[in-house]
Amino acid sequence: MNAVLDDLDAYLQAFGYTLALFVISGLLSLVLGTVLVAMRVGPVAVLRAAATTYVTTVRNTPLVIVFAFFAFFAPIINIRFTWLDVHIGRFDFTELFGAAVASLSLYTCTFVCEALRAGVNAVPLGQAEAARAIGLPFGGVMTNVVLPQAFRAALPPLASVQIALIKNTSVAAVFGVAEAVAQMRTFTNSFASQRLGIFIAFAIGYIVLVEVVSFAAARAERRWRIA
Amino acid sequence: MTLAAEGATSAATGEPLVVLDHVDKWFGDLHVLRDINLTVNRGEVVVVIGPSGSGKSTLCRAINRLETIDKGSISLDGEPLPQEGKELANLRAEVGMVFQSFNLFAHKTILENVTLGPIKVRKQDKAQAETEARALLDRVGVGHQAAKYPAQLSGGQQQRVAIARALAMHPKVMLFDEPTSALDPEMISEVLDVMVDLAKGGMTMIVVTHEMGFARTAADRVVFMADGAVAEENTPDEFFTNPRSDRAKDFLGKILRH
Repeated sequence: MNAVLDDLDAYLQAFGYTLALFVISGLLSLVLGTVLVAMRVGPVAVLRAAATTYVTTVRNTPLVIVFAFFAFFAPIINIRFTWLDVHIGRFDFTELFGAAVASLSLYTCTFVCEALRAGVNAVPLGQAEAARAIGLPFGGVMTNVVLPQAFRAALPPLASVQIALIKNTSVAAVFGVAEAVAQMRTFTNSFASQRLGIFIAFAIGYIVLVEVVSFAAARAERRWRIA
Repeated sequence: MTLAAEGATSAATGEPLVVLDHVDKWFGDLHVLRDINLTVNRGEVVVVIGPSGSGKSTLCRAINRLETIDKGSISLDGEPLPQEGKELANLRAEVGMVFQSFNLFAHKTILENVTLGPIKVRKQDKAQAETEARALLDRVGVGHQAAKYPAQLSGGQQQRVAIARALAMHPKVMLFDEPTSALDPEMISEVLDVMVDLAKGGMTMIVVTHEMGFARTAADRVVFMADGAVAEENTPDEFFTNPRSDRAKDFLGKILRH
C-alpha cells in the first residue's frame, strides 16, 4: 500500500485515464445504443436487420477481440486514430486512447441497445398508438413518447451496463493505454512484496467510481419515478 | 343552439367525408372485416354497436390505419389513405382518436399531453398552443388539473383529457373506440356529456360504444355489426324500436332486458 501512497500522483493520473475512457465511451455508447434501438424497433426492415446483425455479432465477441481488431486489423484497412492528438494538462489523448474508446463504445452500445429495447417493450403499445394518432411520424413517436419512458424503465439495466463498462476499461491496459490496471502492473512490478496492498488500493479506486455511478442512477430513478 | 342547428343541417346535406369501400381484413384465418361499405357524411354522428368480436374496434382503428386492411379502400375527404410515412402521419393529424384505455402520455403533464401534437406536428407556437389547450381543458372540465400527471387523475378525467388532446389538432373527424368501456359507472356520464356536446357542435364522429343511451340521444345513424359484417344500418329510433335483422333482435334482446 505504501508504494501507492508514496506515488499518489501516478495512482490518480491512472484513474484519470480510466475515468476519461469511461465518460467518453459511456456517452458514445448511450448515443449509439439509442440509434441502434431505434433501428431495431423501427419500421424499415433493412435497418432492423442491420442493427440486429450488429448487436448479435459484437455482443457475442469477447471485448479483447474487439480491442485486437482496432489495434491490429483496423490499421490494415486504413482505420487509424492517428488524427487524435489532444493534450490536456498531464493527460495525453492519442492514437491508442482513440482505439480504446472506439472499442469500448462500439462494444458497450450493443448492451445499451438491448437494455433500451427491454425498456421500449415495457412501454405500453397504446402510448405509441396515441402518439401516431395525433400525427407524429416514427421519429417523433420515439423521441417524444416512447424513448423517454423507455429510458426510465431501462435505468437499472443501463446502470449495470455502464458499471460493466467502468471495469471493462481495464482491458485497454493490454493495448497500451496508461489507465489504472496498467499503472497497477507498473507498481506490482516494482514493489512485488506489496502486491496485496497495491491490489486493494486499485480495487478501492474502482469501487469508488462504481459507487458514484450507482448513486447517480439511484437518484435519477427516484426523481423520474412518479412521472 | 346555433351550433346544434348547424350540425343537424350539415348532417342532412353533408358530403361524404369517410368512405369505406368493400373493405376486407383477416387476422390469420379469422375474417374480421367482411366487405364493409360505409359512408360517413360531414357533420354526421355514426354509432357502431355490436357484440364483442364483431369487428367494430378493428373498423374504427382501420380508419386512421392503426390497423391495415387487406382488400378494398378507405378514403378521407376524397383522398385514399396513404401508405406508411409522412403522408400517413399527416392524415392521422386530421383524424382524432379516443381510445378505450385513454393512452395519455404517462410522462407528460395534462397540459403537455394536449400541446404535444399542436407544437410538434402543427408547428404551433408554444404559448399559443398552451392558451388553446387550456381553453380545451376548461371546455371538457379539467382545466384545473393542467399541471398534474395522467396517473393522478380519475379515469373519467383522463378520458376527457384524451378528447381534448384529439380536439387540439382540429380534426375533420373524431373516432371513439369504446371510450367509456374502461370507466367506473359513475364516470361514464361525464365523458358522454362531453361527447354529446361535441355531436351537437357539428363534429363528424364515429363512435364504437355499448352506450345505447348515447346512441339514442346523439347518433344520426346506428351501424350494427355482427361477425365482421355490417348487419344493419338505420336511424337510432328505427333500430332500437324496430330492428330488422335477427342478429340485431337477438343482441338488443340481451342488452335491453335489464
